[in-house]
Amino acid sequence: MQEHDMSWVRTEMVLAQPAPAGVAGLGAWVRRNLIASVGDTIMTIIGIALVAMTLPQIINWAFIDAVWTGPDRTVCATVTQGGIQPDGWSGACWAFVNAKFGQFMFGTYPIEERWRPILVGILLVVLMVPMLMPSVPRKGLNALLLIVGLPVVSFFLLVGGAFGLQHVETARWGGLLVTLSLSFVAIVVSLPLGIVLALGRRSKMPVVKMLCVIFIEAVRGIPLITVLFMASVMLPLFLPPGVTFDKYLRALIGVSLFAAAYMAEVVRGGLQAIPKGQYEGADSLGLGYWQKMYFIVMPQALKLVIPGIVNTFIGMFKDTSLVTIISMFDLLGIVKQNFSDANWATAQTAKSGLIFAAFVFWLFCFGMSRYSMYTERRLDTGHKR
Amino acid sequence: MASQEVLREEPSRASLINNPTVRGILYQCLVVALLVAGVWWIVHNTIVNLTNLHIASGFTFLRGRAGFDISDTAIAYTSDSTYGRAIIVGLINTLIVAFAGIITATIIGFIVGIGRLSKNWLIQKICTVYVEVFRNIPPLLVIFFWYSGVLAVLPAPRDSVHLPFGSFLNQRGFYFPRAVWGDGSWLILVGLLVGIAMAWFVARKAHLRQMATGQQFPVFWTSLALIVGLPLLAYVLSGFPLTFDLPKQSTFNLTGGFVVKPEFLSLYLALSFYTAAFIAEIVRAGIRGVARGQSEASAALGLRSGQALRLVVVPQAMRIVIPPLASQYLNLTKNSSLAIAIGYPDLTATTGTVLNQTGQAVECVVIMMVIYLAISVLTSLLMNWFNAKMALVER
Repeated sequence: MQEHDMSWVRTEMVLAQPAPAGVAGLGAWVRRNLIASVGDTIMTIIGIALVAMTLPQIINWAFIDAVWTGPDRTVCATVTQGGIQPDGWSGACWAFVNAKFGQFMFGTYPIEERWRPILVGILLVVLMVPMLMPSVPRKGLNALLLIVGLPVVSFFLLVGGAFGLQHVETARWGGLLVTLSLSFVAIVVSLPLGIVLALGRRSKMPVVKMLCVIFIEAVRGIPLITVLFMASVMLPLFLPPGVTFDKYLRALIGVSLFAAAYMAEVVRGGLQAIPKGQYEGADSLGLGYWQKMYFIVMPQALKLVIPGIVNTFIGMFKDTSLVTIISMFDLLGIVKQNFSDANWATAQTAKSGLIFAAFVFWLFCFGMSRYSMYTERRLDTGHKR
Repeated sequence: MASQEVLREEPSRASLINNPTVRGILYQCLVVALLVAGVWWIVHNTIVNLTNLHIASGFTFLRGRAGFDISDTAIAYTSDSTYGRAIIVGLINTLIVAFAGIITATIIGFIVGIGRLSKNWLIQKICTVYVEVFRNIPPLLVIFFWYSGVLAVLPAPRDSVHLPFGSFLNQRGFYFPRAVWGDGSWLILVGLLVGIAMAWFVARKAHLRQMATGQQFPVFWTSLALIVGLPLLAYVLSGFPLTFDLPKQSTFNLTGGFVVKPEFLSLYLALSFYTAAFIAEIVRAGIRGVARGQSEASAALGLRSGQALRLVVVPQAMRIVIPPLASQYLNLTKNSSLAIAIGYPDLTATTGTVLNQTGQAVECVVIMMVIYLAISVLTSLLMNWFNAKMALVER
């Protein structure tokens, strides 16, 4: 055979050899990532010292020495403070969180009516989960139910006063219920409002453009507290005498307008990144202004700024905690209010309650940021420059 | 030619309503009319409401006696001072906490941001945990955590925690020795100023010489020697005028020294730690934004890794970092308004007190808005100037 003349050509593959001992395995990993140089080794030692100093303490405090259940403050107080724990004890007082859990979730919502916010929560999860999963069909219907249906149903369920439901005034709402409902409505309102403001800012009509610029820059220049102050003190002055406004609604308006201004800037960033050819292309197809925006520009622009939009959502979710200052009881507000409960006042109460609240906030914000990263990867069509 | 003639002579057949320019003007007139109507309605309602409440509008109330005390004052203030002065005290407090917070946040942020890019696995993970924790919880919660969770449960003054350098930590704040400047201490200040001026002069000369001849001069060490050495020399020459007023522990309280109140401390710590997480992300993005070829090229030129970082990578990263950094500084300043939640008398808190006492809601909110907007505009102008200075000069 002709081929067999080239006898130096191997007919079978060489088997893969194991990597040299120096570059594989745990030892090599440690050498590469922890002690690559003298400076690196010093940094590692500092890092280990830092972790060794803090982590055992945190674990001890939060889990091992923590008190999980108990009727009142005595379980979380040391003997000198009038409790049962030995002197020098320090541990988390989860018993406090446990005892107040209902309040932390619903505020002073009447206990026999609590099935209503729970039902709203279930509806939210039922509508939200398929919305977030890309493979579930009927996104349009789902979005409509989530953005229009859910708020309407929730309004009647939570406020009551119709269909034989007892009326619950918003002053009795509290806890996670307020945090979630405020941020959900603010998110639903601020995105379209932000888009309109961004379009207005890039409009060719000087009056519209100027008004949008003034609104956006003025709101972005002042702290949310000032906006909330304005909503709670000045809004009643602006309305005809006799017309009163619900405090919750005032906070809602303040937070939504504030978020809309930030959203507008994020959307504007996306609009500016769309090449001029896309606008001109849409024009040459004979599309009107709104058609051009809806079919051509916005889908591209919004996709570009997903991280920014989600960051604004996260910021807004965190900012709802500021309504504490205008004496409304969101999750943080109600936790803080319960510090003054004489039944539970110990040295550990405040820390435990705040860490619980921080954990809840963290879960939501971290979840949102991770989901945004996932969406970003999924929608990446490789056109990024 | 003929067709062009036709095109030019024939007037538009379309109705005016479909002409974009006309429609634009129409829309704008509509917007203006709506706006004017809305504003008129609001102003009318406000006037009616204010007359019903018997509140005179105008800013003359600022000259009235305040009648409330402020715990932290940087300028002379008593309850007999005017409302206007109370607001100024608040403004100064806002600026102090914002300035201190910005400096600390920048330092922590840069350390953590560079740490996240470290090749050291452990350091990288620690920095990542820091960023992910602080970015995802509300700043107000961090403030409460420091205030009610950490500082409020410190021991009473009687059993204060002793810290190095004669400082103490207890429920009422952080006590540390206060410097008392004796006679002739102005000489130290003069020494410092002369040192800075000379260091600047040396740096300029060295730069010019390096540009002209390529010879380098150890600018850093010379400047350090000048800036530290000259005040030190002045200190010795003027006969050691500096003494320290140490805080002393008595039965119920600490006397003497300088005290930082827990309100300021918790606000400052919370704002610094919270904003640092965002600054860390900005720094990381900035450094990663510098193309890898740049550090490779500087290695090829024979620069050591420290030099490459200082002369090539950082100046380019700064261009990416500065604009978002400016907005973080602004955010920190705006977030300092959370002081009201723990009773630190910043601008929002004092103006809020004035508002509650006088009922001048419109004026007080306008004052707040104007001041915060002015701070925003000033900071953006400053940062824009700095940004323009750092910007790449392209041909």
